[in-house]
Amino acid sequence: MSGGPLAECVGVTRRFGHFTAVSNVSLQVWPGEIVGLLGANGAGKTTLIRLLLGLLGTSEGEVALFGQPPSRLTRSRIGYVPQSLGLYDDLSPAENMQFTAAVFGAAPGQAGPIGESGRSGGSGSGGSGGATGSGGARGSDGSRGSGGESGKRDRHGLPESLWPYARELVGSLPLGVQRRVAFAQALSHRPDLLILDEPTSGVDPLGRARLWETIGEAADGGAGVLVTTHYMEEAGECGRLVIMADGVVVTEGTAAQIVGSARCVVVEAESWSAAFSALEAAGLQVALAGRGLRVPDAEPAVVRRALGDIPAVVRQVPATLEERFFQLTAQGAATKALA
Amino acid sequence: MTGHGRPAATEGRAGTGHASYGASDLFVLYGKTVALGGVSLSAPTGQVTAVVGGDGSGKTTLMRCLAGSLAPDSGTIRRPAKERVGYLPASSGLYPDLTVAENLDFRATGYGMSRQVARDRAAEYLDRAGLRSASDRLAGQLSGGMRQKLAVIAAMLHQPELLILDEPTTGVDPVSRSGLWWLIARAAADGCAVVLATSYLDEAERCTSVLVLDAGMPLASGTPDEIVAAMPGTLREAPARPDGQLAALAWRSGGHWRVWDPGPEGGSRLAGTEDGSVLIEPDLQDAVTVAALGMAIAGGAS
Repeated sequence: MSGGPLAECVGVTRRFGHFTAVSNVSLQVWPGEIVGLLGANGAGKTTLIRLLLGLLGTSEGEVALFGQPPSRLTRSRIGYVPQSLGLYDDLSPAENMQFTAAVFGAAPGQAGPIGESGRSGGSGSGGSGGATGSGGARGSDGSRGSGGESGKRDRHGLPESLWPYARELVGSLPLGVQRRVAFAQALSHRPDLLILDEPTSGVDPLGRARLWETIGEAADGGAGVLVTTHYMEEAGECGRLVIMADGVVVTEGTAAQIVGSARCVVVEAESWSAAFSALEAAGLQVALAGRGLRVPDAEPAVVRRALGDIPAVVRQVPATLEERFFQLTAQGAATKALA
Repeated sequence: MTGHGRPAATEGRAGTGHASYGASDLFVLYGKTVALGGVSLSAPTGQVTAVVGGDGSGKTTLMRCLAGSLAPDSGTIRRPAKERVGYLPASSGLYPDLTVAENLDFRATGYGMSRQVARDRAAEYLDRAGLRSASDRLAGQLSGGMRQKLAVIAAMLHQPELLILDEPTTGVDPVSRSGLWWLIARAAADGCAVVLATSYLDEAERCTSVLVLDAGMPLASGTPDEIVAAMPGTLREAPARPDGQLAALAWRSGGHWRVWDPGPEGGSRLAGTEDGSVLIEPDLQDAVTVAALGMAIAGGAS
């Protein structure tokens, strides 16, 4: 593989009976980039991921991973963290890691050493942080059973912060710790492509920053990352965003490009509840924002008129990514409803 | 009142004006685990108050105490009479075998509401939340987002004075979330004190005031602006992760690195660095991350 995208969809459509879940989607993930996939439920994100993982075939169009059709071999170069984390609850983190190493251990060997898969230059940085000891994990495969005694490098690839939990059952660990184990597991075979479904759900803010560090380090080491999320806060961590609605890609680009020149009206009123009721009654879309209100996609003059004699400061500000997201996905839905 | 370590709940109607529900100095122990270690919360009427934290931070324990479903080991709780409280527990508390309309009918009966008032209000809420067409579907067959919207409607149908919502938006997609936020704003606009647990700060930013919990302890509280203003030290944005001691004070954000400088004694470490870093204005996310870092460092030092 030289210089091409890690994952590529070209004009991909997938139907289930009469329902089209994914329609004419083209998407690429390149080495070293973090791509965020945003969309409501039913937008087609999960179907797209299943197509990329090779779990579903396309109705039309082509999916390529590392320049080839999805297969067992390409699967072994992907690290996948599902929303459900995909860990065995009644095994310990160390046993989960051992199990993954056994599953992935053989396949990359047949495919050629993983260090030569275009990431050799990044192996130094890839060996830090979340991927620490991944070489050790693979090496330990033959020496299992001695994990307890043989010291720091033989913890089945778990990062140091997880060592205290290595021998407890996964099902008994706090969810935040489970999530870190799932990450360590997904990274343990040094995947070239990481696919993460809602990666930081339920994690506290500092824990979330640390998980994004791990994701960022994998990307800095040359891996491509595809992340689905519902939260715009997470979207800010992605270099490029792809927004889907009703099975189609409605837009893509950086967060700044997608927001573009979209504006929003902010209302600061002494009595926000009176302002809320007045704007509601005028049929405007109103959202709560701290002590104020936001009216996306509206003209300040219209908002002022709707407020009547309620004293308020009305000004226009740049829209947020979430507001722009609604605008785009609502347009998509409206277009579909008309069709 | 709390001198004997006995919980006290003050019940009564909130008057007009700036009545406030909430809790003072709550302690809850599960065996040896401190679920809440001295937590206070003020929830004024007509406002939305956020309780933010990850799994295991104590959010659900605090919600249960406020709702009266768990007695704290000590501390004071201020809430209206039980029938004036609306509570969405972490598990939504719906009947999966009843339809959407039946769930709300059933709840209205439990609240002692007149049938007509309940139906009219349910119709309005369902309509605004985008659930009207789902009215005859079984609750058990709804998508996660629809189920949460129904659960919030069920909790606020009787126009409670205190509405307690335990992670109403977790796992809910953006479109359903906007419906949920309309319901939340509506409840507050009608004069209700809303308390909402979430693990996301971008949601907390929409609220009037915020309490951040970490391992059962208050990490930060106030309006989002107050929390940002209270951040000790300064914040820089650097193109790469700093080396040495500073690495522990740095985190990745939006493809760059944020580096916290704790204050005067640490100031000189950053002054004059030629690493291309620039001073930036912190946001709520930054201020809370710094508070967590500060606590982690203090915990590691002791």
